[in-house]
Amino acid sequence: MSERINILKTYKIYIGGSFPRTESGRFYNPINSKKASLGNFCLSSRKDFRNAVVAARKAFGDWSDRTAYNRSQILYRMAEVLEGRRDQFIAELILQDSSKKEAEKEVNLSIDRLVYFAGWCDKYQQIFSSVNPVASSHFNFSALEPTGVVAIVANQESSLLGLVSYMAPIIAGGNTCVILASENKPFCAISFAEVLNASDLPGGVVNILTGKKPELLSQMASHMDVNALCYSDAIQEELIQIRELSIDNLKRVRSYKYDLSLTDVEHPYIINDYQEVKTTWHPIEVIGASKSAY
Amino acid sequence: MKLKKSLIIPDFTKSPSIDQVGIIERATRFQTRSIKNESKIQALKMVLSMIDLTTLEGKDTIGKVNQMCYKAQHLHDEYAGLPTVAAVCVYPSMVGIAKAAVKGSGVKVASVSTAFPSGQAPLSTKLDDTKFALDQGADEIDMVISRGKYHQGEYNFVFDEIAEIKALCGAQARLKVILETGEIGTLDDVRRASDIAIYAGADFIKTSTGKIGSAASIPVTLTMLYAIKDYYHKTGNMIGMKPAGGISTSKLAIHYLVMVKEILGDAWLSNKWFRFGASSLANDVLLQLEKQRTGNYQSKDYISID
Repeated sequence: MSERINILKTYKIYIGGSFPRTESGRFYNPINSKKASLGNFCLSSRKDFRNAVVAARKAFGDWSDRTAYNRSQILYRMAEVLEGRRDQFIAELILQDSSKKEAEKEVNLSIDRLVYFAGWCDKYQQIFSSVNPVASSHFNFSALEPTGVVAIVANQESSLLGLVSYMAPIIAGGNTCVILASENKPFCAISFAEVLNASDLPGGVVNILTGKKPELLSQMASHMDVNALCYSDAIQEELIQIRELSIDNLKRVRSYKYDLSLTDVEHPYIINDYQEVKTTWHPIEVIGASKSAY
Repeated sequence: MKLKKSLIIPDFTKSPSIDQVGIIERATRFQTRSIKNESKIQALKMVLSMIDLTTLEGKDTIGKVNQMCYKAQHLHDEYAGLPTVAAVCVYPSMVGIAKAAVKGSGVKVASVSTAFPSGQAPLSTKLDDTKFALDQGADEIDMVISRGKYHQGEYNFVFDEIAEIKALCGAQARLKVILETGEIGTLDDVRRASDIAIYAGADFIKTSTGKIGSAASIPVTLTMLYAIKDYYHKTGNMIGMKPAGGISTSKLAIHYLVMVKEILGDAWLSNKWFRFGASSLANDVLLQLEKQRTGNYQSKDYISID
């Protein structure tokens, strides 16, 4: 009997709940420190990014209208599915230069972080909303609404944890997002897209592209239909470029320098970073029987 | 209706049958052309000038029609030198409102008629409907054919109905005949219905009402363009084409232009002979034009809804 030929996998990008190839037809071949190839990955183009934003915008209405409880369940489901595939992710992280111990820790932290932010889905609104004292006969209250489509430049060093740590709070808050995966370590990002696809997450809520940061960064910052940008690499020149290009539509730009292996990043303020405050003035004569002023 | 002496009405049961596989293959090839930036800008502006901006809802109000008529003339004032759309398309009851709102702008007012969208009314009602729209000042009439009669094989009935409406339109209004291809069925039937409409006096043939799921597609439009082409070669008379419904992206609209150019030639590339029936296409074209102008991908947030 002849020797079996291995079936090699085609790594594709994740847009609108399906796995297309890049429209440009280009690919690149990242290598690890031992000069071993990680495989051929899509070298996404500006048009892929545009298509991903269209998909994210389309998904936004449904996702932000879902109950917080439902969003929470779906985030928790992601954690469940990731748990079931932990061996695959550990193997991939090792191929991307992690030690076995580091890889196990990174997968564990990623799962825990999903569960952590799943828990916040139906709680952050109470923490950050308020009833405000005003000097007129109005009942005045402020509540949060998700900002819209968020572009995430995933952390370059931490390929799985860096992606999960910022994606989770952003979608927990009802936003949709387009993620540019780590350029040199894109493996886990695409495998994670398969986790998303198996987690009842509606198509388009999370879109993942692989490719080169210098090619796409300016498009991510200047796109008028992107409402916010999340950045976590500490490169000052890039941040300045992002801030300049994002002025046209007053994008929220947030940059973080957390050590993701610690629990510093686990707090609801990061959800709040991608929320808009809506304040309502409701005319009222007498507020309550107690006649107390708010 | 007076017919030219040379024009012999053909036997519509012998309309050419259509090679569906061939049509679909040809249709996909229009979608692979690479359009360079400069041509794209020209094409996008041409698309804008060919749009029949449409609102055909039971909930249409005077305010809504006025607003659409304003949009027809001011697509996006930030962008200097944009054309207006070709026409606004409304129900007969709104023709008077629309006519006043677009006065002096060169934008035409098209009215659907003949018991749009089903066409299930007696001829007298259809004539009244059309006459009302004409009295209100409609420049174009979009009539529907009787699909039920068509399927019963009463081609003469369909033909006569179109001819009567055409006679009523006279010199005042150009007549667009809606085949509602989604109900007509196969491409063979689309071709036959096109032939009936053309020989009965249509100035334009139009694919759909936009009121049923299946609307304009490239293969259906291609079949209709061939009917126009054959008629042109036979008689020397040009007939217009209007795909309607389901064309909502710039890219798709440009594919249609490529097809018209390759099948009928440059003479048809003006809003006198080619129209898009669409409500959301204009905004997508504006997004693309702004992208070309500013270099940044654009958001619908900065363009008027209607």
